[in-house]
Amino acid sequence: MAARKLAITGGRVIDPAQGIDRIADVLISNGKIDEVTAGTTGSAPDGYEHIDASGKIVSPGFVDLHTHLRDPGQEWKETIVTGTRAAAFGGFTTISAMPNTDPVQDSAAVVDDVMRRSAADGLIRVLPIGAISIGQKGKQLAPMGELANSGVIGFSDDGNPVTDANLMRQALSYSVELGLPIINHAEDKKIGAGGVMSAGTVATRLGLAGVPAEAETAMVARDLNLAALTKARLHIPHISTAGSLIALRTAKESGVDVTAEVTPHHLTLSDEWVYGLKGVVPTTVGPEAYDTNTKVNPPLRSRADVEAVIDAVSEGLIDIIATDHAPHAATDKVCTYNEAAHGINVLETAFSSVFQLVDAGKISVVRLIESLTSGPATILRKDIGSLKKGFSADVVVIDPGSKWIVNPEQFESKSVNSPLAGVELTGRVVTTIYQGETVFDLSDVVASAGAKQ
Amino acid sequence: MTNPTTAAGNNPAGESSNDASEEMFVAPRQHLLDLDDLSVGEINDLLDSAEGMLEITGRDIRKTPALRGKTIITLFFENSTRTRVSFEQAGKILGADVINVTASTSSVSKGESLLNTVKTLQAMKIDALVVRHPHSGAPYFISNHTDASVVNAGDGMHAHPTQSLLDLFTVRNNIGDMAGKKIAIVGDVLYSRVARSDILAFQKMGAEVTISCPNTLIPDEWTLGSTLGDETGFGGLKLARNVEEAVDSADVVMALRIQQERQDAGHLPSLREYSDRWGINAKRMALANDGALLMHPGPMNEGVEISSEVAHGAQSVVEEQVRNAVAVRMAVLYALCAPGKSSRIGGSESNSGNEA
Repeated sequence: MAARKLAITGGRVIDPAQGIDRIADVLISNGKIDEVTAGTTGSAPDGYEHIDASGKIVSPGFVDLHTHLRDPGQEWKETIVTGTRAAAFGGFTTISAMPNTDPVQDSAAVVDDVMRRSAADGLIRVLPIGAISIGQKGKQLAPMGELANSGVIGFSDDGNPVTDANLMRQALSYSVELGLPIINHAEDKKIGAGGVMSAGTVATRLGLAGVPAEAETAMVARDLNLAALTKARLHIPHISTAGSLIALRTAKESGVDVTAEVTPHHLTLSDEWVYGLKGVVPTTVGPEAYDTNTKVNPPLRSRADVEAVIDAVSEGLIDIIATDHAPHAATDKVCTYNEAAHGINVLETAFSSVFQLVDAGKISVVRLIESLTSGPATILRKDIGSLKKGFSADVVVIDPGSKWIVNPEQFESKSVNSPLAGVELTGRVVTTIYQGETVFDLSDVVASAGAKQ
Repeated sequence: MTNPTTAAGNNPAGESSNDASEEMFVAPRQHLLDLDDLSVGEINDLLDSAEGMLEITGRDIRKTPALRGKTIITLFFENSTRTRVSFEQAGKILGADVINVTASTSSVSKGESLLNTVKTLQAMKIDALVVRHPHSGAPYFISNHTDASVVNAGDGMHAHPTQSLLDLFTVRNNIGDMAGKKIAIVGDVLYSRVARSDILAFQKMGAEVTISCPNTLIPDEWTLGSTLGDETGFGGLKLARNVEEAVDSADVVMALRIQQERQDAGHLPSLREYSDRWGINAKRMALANDGALLMHPGPMNEGVEISSEVAHGAQSVVEEQVRNAVAVRMAVLYALCAPGKSSRIGGSESNSGNEA
């Protein structure tokens, strides 16, 4: 494989890390980037395979800082094999595996297993995240040094916020020496306890217990203060409220070492999606309401919050977009809203859904690609997410005009829990190249289209 | 409710579909999930039908063959006395076979999912499922997985449409036309499905609804002392600053059950303080209009949200509410299950009146 030579010609090459945005050719050999040419020749040099990308966008492979692979422990929802396939289909060449597996990724043994099997069975790169506390129970710090030696790229107790402020303080402080970020799910679970969606008019009409935006904002404020105290690296996952952004801005301006991510769904869906009509607000509640595929934590927020996070991505206050890809089995979603599991299946719709904001003129395509490539790579401090010479040849080709209708039954993911089923999106990843090899090509998929096994 | 003419829900918020649906062909309804999409005409049809049913419940021999051969299952995932028994009695008087399933005595206690429970019952061929469930939206979910008519007998904090119908029926029988009348609802609005459904129901009939309760028991986005806008789904609802303001000049005063859990969860300092500040007693009833009705959906905590003196006083229609419950639920079951006319709600506006 390493000998493959490939020329991707004539596309609009966008590589934010190098400030590149021009029609050019990308030359690849031995699994590495050789060159982004000054202009295009329209043809491949001798001995090169050729991908004609005219009319397309060529970008570094996407990097996801927040993926749930469910492996080990919940392989009926997703596995390293299916999760990395789903990632490749969505244009991701690097994903970060959240530690809420069973057993939890709180020891070198578990992390080593995930890394070994990912390298053997995964279609793309998997970087594990270690737990902050043993068993993600928030009582005792996990062996963070041992986990760092195994290669984790940060620490998180995932859906379990570190409730104990002192433990959070110690985790942040301890991580300074390791140079890795603490990623704390920002939610004060006491505020809005029992809530299953965002508090507000929709929750009130549907009679669903609401979680106020302030449950997130309060925890974000606490964590920012502790990060300031410890001078540690804090990464705020799936930020979703306008209030959190105020705190984030203040902290960044005062020099706190903080980064933040937002998910595609918090950028594109409001709590009105819980009505089950793809965001349309009905006069009367119908049987399509209580769409369990919209249940996620943090919950889908108000339209005002959605507009606020869009603006924050656009100006760079929110550093990156991360998927929080959370596959769930049908039994976790074909039930009442209260019973349903939190989480949305995102990897294969992530780029296309957010690209709607580019079409709407709310985010530039360069900023979008930055938030999916060099942005997360900077947080990871890894030589990925760019088309620099010598970097791993991780490349995505995007057709900005391609229209498609989301059909979760055709997902590579093992699960189908997407609220976007039936929605038409414009702009799609058509080819994903990882280490110089084509790991996804839409024309192959279209040729062999069918329902999932 | 599932009405193909409105369930598509493409109307923007705030634009009433009710006026339009009265003019359009209205397909027969399969389910009664809430009152929000019933027109005034459909509600009046049901209440008219309940008049006839009330006459039947007063007979020496309370039995008609109207639903003979029909199977109705009451599927209750919460404890209930009056609602479950009145549905059972309503079905039996109409001649249907009524089977009662409760969560604690069913395979639900063995971990069977709601979906599989419904599929199991569906496989036995049933005509109606009367569902009580602690989760809002459960009857909507069930309606997507069964051919039977689903009647919402109370879902979580969301809706309790047959309670609201019987409340409307009780008020109509006592004071007639509700247009312009003032309805005061006092109690736990945040958690109360009765409050939600009653607000919608009374507003639909032209009444002016005012609520009063501790600020901890309304949604955060509501403000005491204000009137809600249409975007809330409860447009026109007045939020009184205190109970006196709510009951002042009211034509109907409804007290809602306050639960010990609210105190335990920190919503209230104590039930004693709640009783002092929001309890309906003779002094507060005196602020209402002469002859105002006192209602309570039950079960009552006498001495907490309602004093014994007024609960059993001359203005109280609490027992009448219970009596009417059977007749109203007969009207609902008949409308949804009567043979040869798959539904009479919505499909029979020109044929309103006593159908029993």
